[in-house]
Amino acid sequence: MMSILVPIAAVTIIGLICAVGLSVASALLAVKEDERFPAIRECLPGANCGACGYSGCDGYAKALLKPGTKTNLCVPGADTVAAKLSALLGVAAEDVVEKVAVVRCSGNCERTQPKDEYHGIRSCAAAKLLFSGSGSCAYGCLGLGDCAKACPQGAVYMEKGIAAVDSAACIGCGLCAKACPQGVIALIPDTAKTEVLCSSRDAGAQTHRVCSIGCIACRKCEKSCEAGAITVSGNLASIDRAKCTGCGKCAEVCTTGVIARADFSGAHRFEKQA
Amino acid sequence: MKTVIFVILTAAITNNYVLVKFLGICPFLGVSKKLDQATGMSIAVIFVEVMAAAVTWPIYHKLLDGGVNFTYMETTVFILVIAALVQLVEIILKRFLPALHKALGVYLPLITTNCGVLGVTMNNISDGFNFRDSVLTALGCGLGFFLAMVIFSGVRSRVEEARPPKAFEGLPITLVSASIVSLSFFGFAGVLTRIFG
Repeated sequence: MMSILVPIAAVTIIGLICAVGLSVASALLAVKEDERFPAIRECLPGANCGACGYSGCDGYAKALLKPGTKTNLCVPGADTVAAKLSALLGVAAEDVVEKVAVVRCSGNCERTQPKDEYHGIRSCAAAKLLFSGSGSCAYGCLGLGDCAKACPQGAVYMEKGIAAVDSAACIGCGLCAKACPQGVIALIPDTAKTEVLCSSRDAGAQTHRVCSIGCIACRKCEKSCEAGAITVSGNLASIDRAKCTGCGKCAEVCTTGVIARADFSGAHRFEKQA
Repeated sequence: MKTVIFVILTAAITNNYVLVKFLGICPFLGVSKKLDQATGMSIAVIFVEVMAAAVTWPIYHKLLDGGVNFTYMETTVFILVIAALVQLVEIILKRFLPALHKALGVYLPLITTNCGVLGVTMNNISDGFNFRDSVLTALGCGLGFFLAMVIFSGVRSRVEEARPPKAFEGLPITLVSASIVSLSFFGFAGVLTRIFG
């Protein structure tokens, strides 16, 4: 009899001790979580892109609990998320500067040639380790698609050997820019009308030798710009967004045609219109 | 000191739980895709195995094997105790060491009744180890798991880049590479006894 009762009693008691111990511990040691946290976290898109400057959506949600954190930092979420967050926290909504990614390289297979053949791992990060990639321009897109793999929206695709962004599908998270070892992908405000699609900092003669469209730093754009928004420094033209009026003169005068005049409206702008 | 090193190395290398005894295969195949996840999982395993060994040894020898013998309840009682222990540790960590809790985070509840963890505690009993050797073996097993995970996540990332034939992609090539890594660990059999014995 004892050999049956003792095990039953002992195992029951062990189970009870565990149960009581756990419930006491969870009651005594409970961590107080701000009840607004789950609601705020729910508003954020969950892309964990880090465009807000925090470690991810969790990090930004935690920061938002402290007063003074701006509600318009989520670029992928854009105005909708900013409005929701502001309503939750009871602060005035601010406009989000929506951004889109652009590939600052136009050196596709018709305009530039590779300097050697690369047969290694099909990844830009790996190709970059080998003599800065196989392109004859050391600054250009390597064309192995690390950015396309990183894109959560499928907005980045490869065309004629270089990356291209379908800006109408781009939410501006910047994950492609982080994945690019060459740093040719930049985030620009989606209100932009012109952009210099080249990253080469080589002297004009060298750039022209390896690529028929690269920026040769001739300064024609700088002279033609009435707003003084475009400057050439380090052998590359760049546009000051605060001054640019989007007149498109620079694109007209550009010797190689590397300054593009286009509509960079991102996915958020199309959402708004719809 | 010599025995301490011997016990740990035996558990970690010659008797490696994953690659030689084939216990704890699910986390080994599931979480070895990326090195940071593999490290997080392994640290959680080391932690839980040592704690479990330290708790189950006295329970077996003082309770199950004392007075009325009901050692046949070993498996049930061990699962119960280990599961409760891991939950308790999780609550304590969440309160007092939030950074560690975040690092171990999802892995802790995953391994509450992992076969590797349960296997270590039960083998400790059946091998007749004393308390110190039990805890050391558990530590060694955890380190062995860590070693296996780190090696295998390296192997896996290389295999994936090598673009295997379509039919082998995914799990098949993973199992093939796991078996080759396992074979390499069988090569250690007998080495340690020669060195220490």
